[in-house]
Amino acid sequence: MNRFDYFRASTLNEAIAALRDDPEAKIIAGGTNLVDLMKYEVTRPSRLIDITRLPFDAIETRPDGGLRIGALVSNAAAAYHPEVQARYPLLASAILAGASGQLRNAATTGGNLLQRTRCYYFYDIATPCNKRAPGSGCPAIGGVNRIHAIQGTSDSCIATHPSDMCVAMAALEATVNVAGPDGERVIAFADFHRLPEDRPDLDNTLAADEIVTSVDLPPTTFDDHHSYLKLRDRLSYAFALVSVAAALRLDGGVVSQARIALGGVAHKPWRSTDAEAVLVGQAPTTEGFVRAAGVLLEGAIGQGQNDFKIGLARDAIVRALEQAAAGTPQSQTDKRVR
Amino acid sequence: MTGLTMDSDRIEAGVPVTLRINGVDHVLELAPWITVLDLLREHLGLTGAKKGCDHGQCGACTVLIDGQRINSCLVLAVVKDGSDITTIEGLGSPDALHPLQQAFIDHDGFQCGYCTPGQICSAVGMIAEGHVQTRDDIRELMSGNLCRCGAYTNIVDAIAEVALGEKRAKPQPMSGEAA
Repeated sequence: MNRFDYFRASTLNEAIAALRDDPEAKIIAGGTNLVDLMKYEVTRPSRLIDITRLPFDAIETRPDGGLRIGALVSNAAAAYHPEVQARYPLLASAILAGASGQLRNAATTGGNLLQRTRCYYFYDIATPCNKRAPGSGCPAIGGVNRIHAIQGTSDSCIATHPSDMCVAMAALEATVNVAGPDGERVIAFADFHRLPEDRPDLDNTLAADEIVTSVDLPPTTFDDHHSYLKLRDRLSYAFALVSVAAALRLDGGVVSQARIALGGVAHKPWRSTDAEAVLVGQAPTTEGFVRAAGVLLEGAIGQGQNDFKIGLARDAIVRALEQAAAGTPQSQTDKRVR
Repeated sequence: MTGLTMDSDRIEAGVPVTLRINGVDHVLELAPWITVLDLLREHLGLTGAKKGCDHGQCGACTVLIDGQRINSCLVLAVVKDGSDITTIEGLGSPDALHPLQQAFIDHDGFQCGYCTPGQICSAVGMIAEGHVQTRDDIRELMSGNLCRCGAYTNIVDAIAEVALGEKRAKPQPMSGEAA
């Protein structure tokens, strides 16, 4: 790990000012990803700005009936919160599908949003990587790419965003509250993470001197018909090869709202409102789910070793929607996929 | 006392940090890059928490920080200023083992023992979290602790005895016949 200065911020403005004054500084909260990246020297900050003393550790009901999850709320605290369990079980399930008990205790909501890809080449400083060292190349293209993206890739980068939590938040149409030198702004979840294009070094649309303060969940809940189905190389404590957050509202046997987001397949949680529209106004049938999967996976391209993800994603989408429609969400403890 | 005992950690001015570790208050001055794991092992002589992968993938370094099980290899000590830390050395004593320590012995929940302090601290934290109702819950919620010897069956038995009150037959001593 490189040597760095340490600054413990006691107010949000102090933290923002410290970030603005030093472009090489990084924010630290839970540290579960940042400290790991520093040990590999993927990240070499000049200074760490500790925000763990800031008052962003609460979960509060909003006046509109939605829920605000503070950026410093741990993944465990969010997943087990009674309101999240009761009203946003899709989110609780997705969080509990990720990482381990220890990591969920330390990792924060804001940090989960901002975690970096687990692409092998990004982590290995002996290799080129356009995300870590812009312009150096992407050895994953034509290289070892079993875990890489099938949607939204570019000639520069085929990395995936590794989060489970974010996949559910994308499906729930959460919004991200951020603060910077010019005040606060709200970013729609779909606009928070970005595709690599020719700037894979930028994971998201957060400005360099902005800090995530909280995530808002809208009042619309999908507590009856939802499922988070995560497929991976071992049954627990592994990143998704493909994951699906599926949520439906059924009125009189007809789908009135549908949400489908994929994890493990793109540089951001992958959604398509066109795919969701296929289901609306129809009875929830396997045939319809197959059609929706086809739309969501339109344009998917394998990179060789990850070609299997296209078929796996199609099957996972259909199965997750079947689970959601039946009101039998995937258990994150009993691993059998029913 | 000072925590700056390793040459590589010498800096002009450390960050003042106060930690209560196994009931003892420590007033330290630390380089900001020292993890809780390195502080315990290299500076304070508490070598119970183990360095396995040093990347949060194996759980051997698990300790309880303010009652919560945490991978101590991924936590900078300066960030935890003011915290109360319990390591395996702070659970039970040789004369009065913690129930999980006793259960691991009774169920032979280890082979080489390297992962055991992390397994036990993790199990203590998991039980306190209050979400264990079945053996499947134990398997899932303990998945952050790897055992490369593969003693998982007996580890689950040991934890189930404490977490679920399961009175399972203890393993019989090996007979003389070849296994």
